[in-house]
Amino acid sequence: MAVLLVAEHDNVSLNAATPKAMSAALAIDPDVHILVAGNGCASVGDEAAAITGAAKVLLAEAPHLEHHLAEEMAALAVPLAAQYGAILAPATTTGKNYMPRLAALLDVAQISEITAVKSADTFERPIYAGNAMQTVQSSDAIKIITVRTTAFQAAETGGNAPIEKINVPAPAGLSQFGGDELTSSDRPELASAKVVVSGGRALGSKENFAKFIEPLAGRLNAAVGASRAAVDAGYVSNDYQVGQTGKVVAPELYIAIGISGAIQHLAGMKDSKVIVAINKDEEAPIFQIANYGLVGDLFKILPELQSELEKADG
Amino acid sequence: MKVLVPIKRVVDFNVKIRVRADGSGVDLANVKMSMNPFDEIAVEEAIRLREAGTAEEIIAVSIGPQKTQETIRTALAMGADRGIFISCDDELEPLGVARLLKCVVEAESPELVILGKQAIDNDCNQTGQMLAALLGWPQGTFASRLELDGGKARVTREVDGGLQTVILKMPCIVTSDLRLNEPRYASLPNIMKAKKKPLEEKPAADYGVDIAPRLKVLKTQEPAAREAGEIVANAAELVEKLQNEAGVI
Ligand SMILES: Cc1cc2nc3c(=O)[nH]c(=O)nc-3n(C[C@H](O)[C@H](O)[C@H](O)COP(=O)(O)OP(=O)(O)OC[C@H]3O[C@@H](n4cnc5c(N)ncnc54)[C@H](O)[C@@H]3O)c2cc1C
Ligand SMILES: Nc1ncnc2c1ncn2[C@@H]1O[C@H](COP(=O)(O)O)[C@@H](O)[C@H]1O
Repeated sequence: MAVLLVAEHDNVSLNAATPKAMSAALAIDPDVHILVAGNGCASVGDEAAAITGAAKVLLAEAPHLEHHLAEEMAALAVPLAAQYGAILAPATTTGKNYMPRLAALLDVAQISEITAVKSADTFERPIYAGNAMQTVQSSDAIKIITVRTTAFQAAETGGNAPIEKINVPAPAGLSQFGGDELTSSDRPELASAKVVVSGGRALGSKENFAKFIEPLAGRLNAAVGASRAAVDAGYVSNDYQVGQTGKVVAPELYIAIGISGAIQHLAGMKDSKVIVAINKDEEAPIFQIANYGLVGDLFKILPELQSELEKADG
Repeated sequence: MKVLVPIKRVVDFNVKIRVRADGSGVDLANVKMSMNPFDEIAVEEAIRLREAGTAEEIIAVSIGPQKTQETIRTALAMGADRGIFISCDDELEPLGVARLLKCVVEAESPELVILGKQAIDNDCNQTGQMLAALLGWPQGTFASRLELDGGKARVTREVDGGLQTVILKMPCIVTSDLRLNEPRYASLPNIMKAKKKPLEEKPAADYGVDIAPRLKVLKTQEPAAREAGEIVANAAELVEKLQNEAGVI
């Protein structure tokens, strides 16, 4: 039976999470439709149509879909559901918000943050902050799934699927968008960056965080991440948090600076290809999973690292 | 206004769990259990609403085996007014939990239900959204700020790009994120007082709703292990290794 993938986007362009979730959808069934819901988001529909493997794009446009409010997204998807064997969305804060609501309206379970598709009804997912992996089989007629996108390769582009405009139900009107404060940055996006430089409590202040982490991230063209302790202390905003309850990242290179390596932090970065830890405590748990460890004071090491990188660049 | 706070008893966040070698699950014998950290935040938020004069009564509800009562007592010691214990020895999925909670909501008619955003054992992040769906109520998930005013709830949410604010009609569902507040510790006198607070008990079966699991756990395994690598002497060696050995810069 066909599968529906709900696209993640900001009404202007498709988020990198969607082509990755596409790979999970294709592993369930080759007949994948993509739902692009939003307001004035036709350009996103075009982008989705170009994802290799998409059989069709459903474009739902209405003012009340602009902010992907859970009440509206779930109400939109319910009447579509009967045609599909599974509905997937990336496990972003948007997907995590509306998908369980949709599942309950359809009277089915949700399978959260899958990391592998074993068959059309069997999936793997992490529990206990990634300290155990569970293989679960669903008995529901419709599988509602969120996808941990770091576990899947992005689908290619080059396709040209037909785009079909669909009817949008009247607004549920239960909730209203009240504004947002989005972090703008010239850096690559944390969730999909090739290199991530993360700072922890040890940075000590917002000023130090900017002074010591930013230049290194700049030099490596890296996204900046942080531990919960650094976010709680106000060094950076909440969207920098990596971990069990923040973002999950799996870059080529993850550099943890002044981060102890609590299981909740490891949950968000331990699948990175190469991990570097800089910490003055040689017993810090982060060293147990780091490929390269450097024991010492970060305030001394980071300027050295910066100048070594400059030397290496020639 | 009544506030209902569903809380879950989970393995303490400091415990490094052990996966059973035969793939049958996680070893929970003699493991320290605590209130789910997000639920402590939910209880705290409810208490602050009462302290501000917005809420009159806080009811903590939990579903689980007998020992779950201890967790409800913790919520009572923090400041909840009474507890509801729904006894159930079987593993429940979020949909089953949401169904039972719906019955409690219908019986108690709270104006606000505050849940944790996620239980740190199953990491599902579903129950609040599901309860909202079953009740036809709006939802404000991953809340870092909650303001109630004139029959509306203004919820600031922690989202991937930063913060988002939604305005919800009440009654509504809110799920707590880490930065909503810092929960208080229960003081000794309050722990003593909590022993006398009402705690009603009812078996899950008496609610007459379908709580059968929809997912079958085929196996539970250790994640792929990661070995500790090497300690390098200085920044120069690190750069050299990242360039020539790992090839990542
Ligand atoms: C429910 C729950 C969810 C959580 N979710 C997350 C999450 O998503 N992400 C997350 O990160 N955490 C999360 N946490 C918090 C987690 O348990 C840790 O408290 C947190 O990760 C610690 O952050 P840290 O490593 O920066 O601070 P600390 O643990 O304080 O570590 C600081 C480190 O810096 C080192 N250091 C100090 N000074 C220097 C110096 N000058 N040079 C070099 N090194 C130095 C110290 O040796 C130490 O190892 C969660 C906790 C709970 C209860
Ligand atoms: N057994 C339970 N009893 C009471 N509340 C629960 C239970 N399970 C989950 N919850 C609530 O639902 C939230 C989210 O859980 P979950 O959807 O399982 O991640 C928790 O933080 C609790 O507030």
